Amino acid sequence: MFDISSHKKAGSVKEAISLLKENPDAKLIAGGTDVLIKLREGKKQFSHLVDIHGLKELNFIKKDGDNTIVIGSGTVFSQVIESDIINTHIPMLVDAAQSVGGPQIRNIATIGGNICNGVTSADSASPLFALNAVVSVKGSKGSRDIPIADFYLGPGKVDLKHGDVLTAIKISSENHDHAFGCYYKYAMRNAMDIATIGCAVNLKTKNGRLQDYRIAFGVAGPVPMRCPRAENMARGQALSSRLIEDISQAVTKEVTPRTSWRASREFRLNIITELAKRATIKALKRAGEELP
Amino acid sequence: MAVGKSVNRVDAMAKVTGRAKYTEDFYHPDMLVAKYFRSSIAHGRVTAINTKKAENLDGVHAVFTYKDVPENKFPTAGHPLALTEDHKDAADRLLLTRDVRFMGDEIAIVVAQNELVANEALKLIEVSYDEYQPLILPEDILEENARQIHEGSSNIVGEHTYTFGNDVDQAFEKADHVVEGSFRTAMVQHCHIENHISHAYMDDLDKIVIVSSTQIPHIARRIVGEVLNIPLSRIRVIKPFVGGGFGNKQDVILEPMVAFLTLKLNGRAVQINLSREECIIGTRTRHPFYIDVKTGVMNDGTIVARHMDAISITGAYASHGHSVAAAGGSKQSSLYPRAATSFHARTLYANTPVAGAMRAYGSPQIIYALECATEDAARKIGMDSVEFRLKNVARQGDINLLSGKEILSCGLADCLIKGRDFIGWGEKKKEYEKFKTGPVRKGLGLACLSYASGTYPVCVEIAGARIALNQDGTVHVMVGATEIGQGSDTVVAQMVAQTLSFPYENVLVVQAQDTDVTPFDTGAYASRQAYVVSNAVFRAATDLREKILDHAAVMTDIDVAGLDIVDGNIVDTRKSAQVMDMKTLAIDSFYHKERGCQLTAEASFKATTNAPVFGCTFVDITVNIPLCKIKINRMISVHDSGVIINPVQSGGQIHGGAFMGIGAALSEELLIDPKTGYIYNNNLLDYKFPTFTDVPPIHHDFVETFEPTSAYGNKALGEPPVISPPPAIRNAVLDATGLCINSLPLSPHTLFTAFKDHGLIDEKGGDNV
Ligand SMILES: Cc1cc2nc3c(=O)[nH]c(=O)nc-3n(C[C@H](O)[C@H](O)[C@H](O)COP(=O)(O)OP(=O)(O)OC[C@H]3O[C@@H](n4cnc5c(N)ncnc54)[C@H](O)[C@@H]3O)c2cc1C
Repeated sequence: MFDISSHKKAGSVKEAISLLKENPDAKLIAGGTDVLIKLREGKKQFSHLVDIHGLKELNFIKKDGDNTIVIGSGTVFSQVIESDIINTHIPMLVDAAQSVGGPQIRNIATIGGNICNGVTSADSASPLFALNAVVSVKGSKGSRDIPIADFYLGPGKVDLKHGDVLTAIKISSENHDHAFGCYYKYAMRNAMDIATIGCAVNLKTKNGRLQDYRIAFGVAGPVPMRCPRAENMARGQALSSRLIEDISQAVTKEVTPRTSWRASREFRLNIITELAKRATIKALKRAGEELP
Repeated sequence: MAVGKSVNRVDAMAKVTGRAKYTEDFYHPDMLVAKYFRSSIAHGRVTAINTKKAENLDGVHAVFTYKDVPENKFPTAGHPLALTEDHKDAADRLLLTRDVRFMGDEIAIVVAQNELVANEALKLIEVSYDEYQPLILPEDILEENARQIHEGSSNIVGEHTYTFGNDVDQAFEKADHVVEGSFRTAMVQHCHIENHISHAYMDDLDKIVIVSSTQIPHIARRIVGEVLNIPLSRIRVIKPFVGGGFGNKQDVILEPMVAFLTLKLNGRAVQINLSREECIIGTRTRHPFYIDVKTGVMNDGTIVARHMDAISITGAYASHGHSVAAAGGSKQSSLYPRAATSFHARTLYANTPVAGAMRAYGSPQIIYALECATEDAARKIGMDSVEFRLKNVARQGDINLLSGKEILSCGLADCLIKGRDFIGWGEKKKEYEKFKTGPVRKGLGLACLSYASGTYPVCVEIAGARIALNQDGTVHVMVGATEIGQGSDTVVAQMVAQTLSFPYENVLVVQAQDTDVTPFDTGAYASRQAYVVSNAVFRAATDLREKILDHAAVMTDIDVAGLDIVDGNIVDTRKSAQVMDMKTLAIDSFYHKERGCQLTAEASFKATTNAPVFGCTFVDITVNIPLCKIKINRMISVHDSGVIINPVQSGGQIHGGAFMGIGAALSEELLIDPKTGYIYNNNLLDYKFPTFTDVPPIHHDFVETFEPTSAYGNKALGEPPVISPPPAIRNAVLDATGLCINSLPLSPHTLFTAFKDHGLIDEKGGDNV
């Protein structure tokens, strides 16, 4: 039984924004896979709901004229997995989508909800960090675009004001074209689990060197994070096992995993090191590179 | 021949179409719901409680606290009544308690119009405590000045020792080698799909009807009567379809409370439907064990001596208490009957969730330690692990020295050979020699098991069956054996069909149980049902068969010796001709004005035998050192459970058991803060019950023996499959890594610590030696 005081179905994003404006206590619900968990726990802040589940306007994956890939916030993970565009250009996002929950969850959980929920373990978040994704937010005063790294303000806190709707996630051409990535999720189970550590690598190679290199982690800090110093160190370097080793050590200087009863800091660091290697090697494989 | 065939389950269609009705599907328009107010501390005493605000909340019908409940303490374990004092379960529980003994203890209960109101009301209850230091670890519980968790009673709930065979000390002295090890098993939980749920109402002035998801309807009825001090005949327990129990419903958990509430509320229906979180902490768990084992072994591979010392933690209330350690400990004498053995076990109270019965009842803990120790002994003398088992395990004709009974059927050696061949033991061992260093290592492991087919001679073993011929020539069967999803109704139908020579489809088992009408049986536990009920069913079916043939003789004037039932028809055996079909006979028996009657038969039977069962698991694994993960490549369990009545259903038991065993081996553990008694993971996200993607394809096979003490040659199979996977996996990890990791589960955290301690993972996550 859920303690739902009001539930209003929005027919459009515009209507959702005005329904939110009408009720200062109202919250959005998309797939509900985070919201309903909170309601079940008896959390009152979700007892007034504005429902955007199934809005066609938010459910799409497309490539714009300038080669930017745009994903509607209401796209569910199964759609990400099945999308030709994503499979062709950003297989790393397929890795991430496939790692979420189980089939039932992937059929209803949205990528927008995943981001807006604001947790560090969100599986789509670290890939989007590594992709320099930009999120589009619509509110009563118009729209704005926010780089994903700025969107995350703190644990469970994102840059949304009351009345805002996240409409889309954009990945511009320079972030996916000729770039190869991999998302590696480490969890205690192969399904139905949150990441102990998630690692996303996005890279470009040229003439046996790393032309661009980005590495992002989930659960390595309070919010998903990149490792800029390790990335700087790696950029321009010749591909070698030594380099992979160096990267895996360098990232440990930047991450700040915590000891919790779920896993010790030491254990997480060990996994961070290992995933940095694995995700990088897999991304290189996708780039058609062999390590000398 | 219905026995031995993989007929469809009698309830298959009802279940796959969603039509089967479980307790929650029974609805009363005015039913109220009740929710426990649980303690937020692990150890202490309530100094004050104020329920006024909760009572005044709209929609709240009543709030009861420890002040309102009967004062007589009662035991909750689902055991048959013991006629002697020494076998009685500890009576240490009240319906609600002022003394808090674990985090989640039940102090008060709110009855409300619905769950939401009840939850609101719970927040309005104010309570203050006198807090005591929680006692969680054995050393703290056993400390001389430790507070008694139950005032007036020792923190040691039970203790016993036994020895069998030659003088154990002398045997150790003579042994070429003595190998020692200390082992620890985790607190795990049953995780049956259907949580505990019961409701009760009164359908008369003095009769209470309880509908409950239980494994033990008849025992529940008796215990409710004891708690509320009302005659048993005024209580009726109905058991609809049950979504699993694994022992957690072999305990009265909600029934006394719903009965109490309906009595208090003038007979109005009241339901308690536990959430998963409550079910995990507030019902029962598996006893965690701390076990020391010493094995004396000769150079030729003979195990000559064994000593085991076990501590079992039963938690806040005894529930099944020391019976679990006693039952687990007793399996040694059927697995390794020729080694001189001594055993000592103690069961302790602790400020932790209550442990009770769980699939295989102590054996998974004891045999885990035993089979790890056996592996260590084999390695000590450099003998092949399979050869070592073959040399030492039970054979048909051995005497189980604890029970004094001969082992009449035992196919364990053949199980070992089948398992060895399947896994490709010889070649794989060679192939894996080059995978003993580096980040990816491979190994093989095995473990044996022995179990029993009931509780005799510790408890009475009684089963009842009633069969009636219907007017359409089918039969209805009523048994006290309790179907909880394990498939017992199906095998009962097969047994009846076999003995009556009826088509399986014409045997209909009455599904729901109702203690007002169902024949007496103590319920689903101890893997006893198919074994114990077999003799009751056989007797009733044989009796009915005779009555049918007698009536046929009267109808046809053919000598009864010349009549038989073949595929549900009456046949003249001398002419090899069908005389009539069963419907014709039935109609005559019902409606002929002068002859016949309704043809029925009934039998109640006490088993005074208890057949040991055997089996083993072989596993092939890969250990990823840096990721601290174990991958099971292949696994097979081979069982001797006598005659296999339904191969597909039996396979299902093995798969389910192996699944549960893998969970206990690799990931499952209830995490309790050793200082505060706080339970971290009372939900299925954080309690790492495996998903289908975590479990490899599991293979199984049987070695079919014939057990002469069972009517159909069958022995137990429900619980045994959970026993051998964890030690097999631990032994495979030892084979792969050279490390004896002696505590369960072998989760990434456990492996990380072990790998680090032994230098397999260095500070920088670098080389792997
Ligand atoms: C069994 C289970 C398993 C799970 N496994 C995983 C997993 O493996 N990995 C993982 O990352 N997550 C997992 N989750 C969490 C959850 O499924 C995801 O975070 C999911 O993507 C949330 O999407 P949703 O559409 O269901 O969000 P909702 O629950 O509808 O919303 C989540 C939050 O986002 C807000 N929101 C939703 N849409 C918008 C929008 N367009 N604009 C502004 N705010 C919005 C809501 O107000 C709410 O605060 C799991 C959940 C469950 C129940």
